[in-house]
Amino acid sequence: MAKKEAVKTVREPLFHVVKRDDLPWWKAWLIRVATIVIAIFLVGILSVVVTGQSFGGTYQIMFSGVFGRLFEGHTTMLWKYLQEIVILLSLALALTPAFKMKFWNCGAEGQALMGGLASIICMIELGDKLSYPVLLAVITITSIFAGALWGVIPAIFKAAFNTNETLFTLMMNYIATQIIAYYVYIKGGGSNVINPVSAGNFPSVGGNDYFVNIMIVSVITVVMYIYLKYSKQGYEISVVGESQNTARYIGINVKKVIIRTMIISGALCGITGMLLVAGKDHSININSVGGQGFTAILMSWLGQFNPFIMVVMTAIVVFLRLGVAKVADTALLNSSFSEIMVGIVILMLVGCEFFIHYSIKFKHKKEAAA
Amino acid sequence: MAKQPAIELKNITKVFGKVVANKDVNLTAYRGEILSILGENGSGKTTLMNMISGIYFPDEGQIFIDGQEAVITSPKDAFSYKIGMIHQHFKLVDVFSAAENIVLGLNEGKYNLNASAEKIKEISEQYGFELDPAKKIYTMSVSEKQTVEIIKVLYRGADILILDEPTAVLTPQETEKLFNILRRMRDDGKCIIIITHKLHEVLSLSDRVSVLRKGEYVGTVETAKTSEAELTEMMVGKKVSLNIDRSEPENVQDRLVIEDLECINREGVKILDDITFTARSGEILGIAGIAGSGQRELLEAIAGLQQVQYGEIIYNDPKTGEKEDLRNKTPMQIRELGVRLSFVPEDRLGMGLVGNMDIVDNMMLRSYRKGKSMFLERKAPKDLAMHIIDDLEVVTPGATTPVRRLSGGNVQKVLVGREIAASPTVLMAAYPVRGLDINSSYLIYNLLNEQKKKGVAVIFVGEDLDVLTELCDRIMVIGSGRITGIVDGRTTTKEEIGLLMTKSKQQGDDCNG
Repeated sequence: MAKKEAVKTVREPLFHVVKRDDLPWWKAWLIRVATIVIAIFLVGILSVVVTGQSFGGTYQIMFSGVFGRLFEGHTTMLWKYLQEIVILLSLALALTPAFKMKFWNCGAEGQALMGGLASIICMIELGDKLSYPVLLAVITITSIFAGALWGVIPAIFKAAFNTNETLFTLMMNYIATQIIAYYVYIKGGGSNVINPVSAGNFPSVGGNDYFVNIMIVSVITVVMYIYLKYSKQGYEISVVGESQNTARYIGINVKKVIIRTMIISGALCGITGMLLVAGKDHSININSVGGQGFTAILMSWLGQFNPFIMVVMTAIVVFLRLGVAKVADTALLNSSFSEIMVGIVILMLVGCEFFIHYSIKFKHKKEAAA
Repeated sequence: MAKQPAIELKNITKVFGKVVANKDVNLTAYRGEILSILGENGSGKTTLMNMISGIYFPDEGQIFIDGQEAVITSPKDAFSYKIGMIHQHFKLVDVFSAAENIVLGLNEGKYNLNASAEKIKEISEQYGFELDPAKKIYTMSVSEKQTVEIIKVLYRGADILILDEPTAVLTPQETEKLFNILRRMRDDGKCIIIITHKLHEVLSLSDRVSVLRKGEYVGTVETAKTSEAELTEMMVGKKVSLNIDRSEPENVQDRLVIEDLECINREGVKILDDITFTARSGEILGIAGIAGSGQRELLEAIAGLQQVQYGEIIYNDPKTGEKEDLRNKTPMQIRELGVRLSFVPEDRLGMGLVGNMDIVDNMMLRSYRKGKSMFLERKAPKDLAMHIIDDLEVVTPGATTPVRRLSGGNVQKVLVGREIAASPTVLMAAYPVRGLDINSSYLIYNLLNEQKKKGVAVIFVGEDLDVLTELCDRIMVIGSGRITGIVDGRTTTKEEIGLLMTKSKQQGDDCNG
């Protein structure tokens, strides 16, 4: 090749974004951990600016908001913290098989509410008719069934008509909310409140009301990890999620997998609803799940669909939520402050994934080197 | 007639990774002429045109418009040089009307659809288009959509028009209509560049023909002074000897008998028509044809992935001697019948493998169902993975590396290795050496030959005619979904296959579909 005139580079872009997939896992995690540290630091700074507290004081309040007087032997707050973690974690776990299949289930909220509704109906209607163990069994079965039903309806439509599951599951949330509102209206005698029901509550173990919830979700975490990684069904979920063409090519019945997986996802949401109603609130209202069905979407993502990483992620997010709530409380701010801070942290965590998957290359640098 | 060069390309080179798409291409197109760019698949026609229209930027070389050097870094730049490209796959907003699509992205000051519709009508009348500016895209036929695309670039004042395989989606009548319009534009002084691989269209439409082969510029001839034979030779090139082993077929039996196969694609267009052939054991049957002539659909129909409208796919079981009709069976049902059908699809990472999974998990795709346990058994797939890595010399950091990280050749070794490990009786491979280096390619040829010796019926869809004529025992050529000929691989020539490939349906028998 003879000499050639250099091509003018007048209007080439200053930098461009290049996809990379060669980042070692430890570097990826370094970026994530760094982001979490920066995020917590940023939350501290913002809290200082808004509340006028000292920097160290802010973190102290945050810590006490989560753990209470743990070092003085009071474990109440710690249990409450764990309880908050497991509810969010349980929803994230429920969504994970669906997400791994690239079925964007945004209906955890509604599926959990339906599970909760099934629980409260059993507690109210059958509380004095069945023995305690039978009642618990009936609550469990009906909650699972109700959640699964709410999850499988969009899946059937997806499989049969290729409807958009994101919108469908989202709409199902509103239907569920209205059903709850209606039920509360009848049972609460128009007061929008159902007084706590004493029948069918989870037993307290060692004086701890939340122990059963925590145990159930711990078991689900391990089972979900095994299911996704080592079971044939989990493998099918991965194949369908990665490439439906490949799934068809090797003879996986894609529709069947979609429906089956959404039954599981919905059922686990239903269980979460049961944990909320029978294990925690002993009542229900339209805010029982309180938007955690949506936060769970992010938890599942940030956990890379790995149940054990999700445990860490939910622990961090719940810590910030409770901690900053206490900071806001002390400074007489309302709960929105806590929500804003958690929002910022999640946004940063999601944003850092960009730098894990892409790198930014400056054109002129490369040319100078060449 | 002193012609003015509208566009000149000098020493254009474009490289994607290791693949050289265009190498030192020189090309000139004049005002008031129609220039055809002719070449086989992968000869770099579309890449070259994409550089003119600002989608790619050349790595080396220069583009001159009207004698001035031009820097085209975006489609917007291309429009400022009055270059308009009509892509093979239309880029229109379905729910918008024709007029809305045409003015989309233009900054004319005021947004006035009525004025635009007037201008569209003017253009239509000038060149003989028929278009209702208010009609929505989703209600349009393919040819109407194409009309919108053409008017879109004319509306922007383009006087260099590039059409990428414009007739691929048209009926003969629509094609003739389009050609008349193009001729009118030429007479109006516009420069028309049309990418095609249909010889008879080239001859009937263009003034000059430039031929590309494997990314390189071969030459330009005047249409009036050339013939089909000359063009074919320019396109396929001289015979290159590859020294691929080819043993005599042994123990030949009919394994797969395809009778009158007919398939319709999603748009309701016949993609396979009247396909009748036999694949025999101990033989490699080559399938040649321009890309998109129905090769993929044919293999997928056999594999149970494509709905079949009509016809039979009969499999002769070598063990039991029984005949099974595989038509419209799912891949699962086919396997349950005991038919050992292996398929190396064209889309390796999108269909044959899962890119994000490691080699072991990809091995499992075929076998994970084995056994009653609800858990996966990773031992056997792991052994198979190690075995394939050793035997086929797969370059990989390990068996747990996601396959998308491997190079193209190694990805293909993993896929072919897995498919052969299933000890098939029928092995179908679609473009198994596409993008592979020489050594990997020969490894694949050897694997196919080994399978042939084992008595497997091998079906090989290829694009390199040199390979087809040296590897295959028989070669079936398909064009536009029909078989245009089945020739003996030992006696045929590249020119013969090239002609069969470009022989499309005759005008007459196409009228009733």
